[in-house]
Amino acid sequence: MSAVEPGDGAENEVLRVPEVTRGFTGRRRRRTEALPPGQYRTDDFPVLSAGPTPRVDTDEWRFTITTETGSSHHWDWNGLQRLPRDSFDTDLHCVTRWSKFGTRWSGYPLDAFFDRVQTSAGHALVTSYGGYTTNLPVADLLGGRAWIVTGYDGQPLEPVHGGPARLLVPHLYLWKSAKWVRSITLSDEQELGFWERVGYHAYGDPWSEQRYSL
Amino acid sequence: MRAESASARTLVLDVPDWPGHLAGQHLDVRLTAPDGYQAVRSYSLASAAAPAGRTLVEIGVELLEEGEVSSFLVEEVRPGDVLEVTGPLGGWFVWRPGTLEPVQLIGGGSGVVPLLSVVRTHAQVPAAPQLRLLLSVRSPAVAMYRAELLERAATQPGFSLEVVWTREVPPGEVARPGRLDARRLATAALPPAQRPLCLVCGPTPFVEHVAELLVAAGHDSGRIRTERFGSAR
Repeated sequence: MSAVEPGDGAENEVLRVPEVTRGFTGRRRRRTEALPPGQYRTDDFPVLSAGPTPRVDTDEWRFTITTETGSSHHWDWNGLQRLPRDSFDTDLHCVTRWSKFGTRWSGYPLDAFFDRVQTSAGHALVTSYGGYTTNLPVADLLGGRAWIVTGYDGQPLEPVHGGPARLLVPHLYLWKSAKWVRSITLSDEQELGFWERVGYHAYGDPWSEQRYSL
Repeated sequence: MRAESASARTLVLDVPDWPGHLAGQHLDVRLTAPDGYQAVRSYSLASAAAPAGRTLVEIGVELLEEGEVSSFLVEEVRPGDVLEVTGPLGGWFVWRPGTLEPVQLIGGGSGVVPLLSVVRTHAQVPAAPQLRLLLSVRSPAVAMYRAELLERAATQPGFSLEVVWTREVPPGEVARPGRLDARRLATAALPPAQRPLCLVCGPTPFVEHVAELLVAAGHDSGRIRTERFGSAR
């Protein structure tokens, strides 16, 4: 694919082997083993959201898990505080290519919620206040790998980053970590979420670079 | 390629096997250094929606401080260079011709790029709905696509343009520079009663600010689509 001038025909095929870009040397940052393929490190905390930031009062906040048989389990803000609370550091990987290292969170592992839930469903659809959705396997919500987080960097989580409470599944691309989380619906069938329906990968493993379902 | 402002340029890419795109989508550019080091960034498409096939697609690139890809694309790349691109990407922040409701575009800085794609696409649609573009720009020196937008505002049926200058106004303009606020929004944007589709693109603090103003003014948050870049702080 060529800039401005039609090429000599040599590039009229999809480039399979990356060719060197004339004149590009790049500005390498400190390499780190924790950087998945195609990602770059940022020290900012970029924000990507598809619409306005919902404002959700903790008094009105509810979180619901509905199983494949239709039974529902509810938590309000007080119920949330009674669950075991974790503080942990993790790296974030956004499909738009930035990774942020060593972010500090506090919140509640999904395992504690699922202790009360009888299910054999394989798929979860997560829904946010504001209507955003994302899907992932139930297995990825369990095993101490996913949290409902309410604190970031020692402070209550700000609305712009998903507060008062967001899902955090840091081993998948960050669009799976639904901000302003409201409910999880369990199902035997995979139902695609908001970005997954418009061309993003159904699973989204940063280490396998599962960005798009192109 | 063309300079669009003191710090931004348009690149025209001749893509032999373009799958076609909608107004508002973006693509990824991947650069490879001689030692195999690669860097990838996303850029919004400025060109009108296009069908599949060999296509000239335009991207708008603003030079970022410490931007290893933007500095290459703004300062180094030359006509004839070969770039590796993937796309189009993003199926949400888009405008599809054929929808009848009015459209309010609001852009901050280089957030104008995907909105220009909507304006250009609108120009090709017969009996297109009302389309208004509200831009927040620091100064005339960094205003992208200014000549084209003024020309279109004068000639393109159904399209109108409003600019809020935040630091410096163009010579001869009487308005004082200032931030886009509720009052400016009320006079410059389509009213909530018309239920416009609102597409807002720009730096994160700008988009947060505008989306809040729109919701406060009575726009349905389900009708507001946003595309942010950069950090919250």
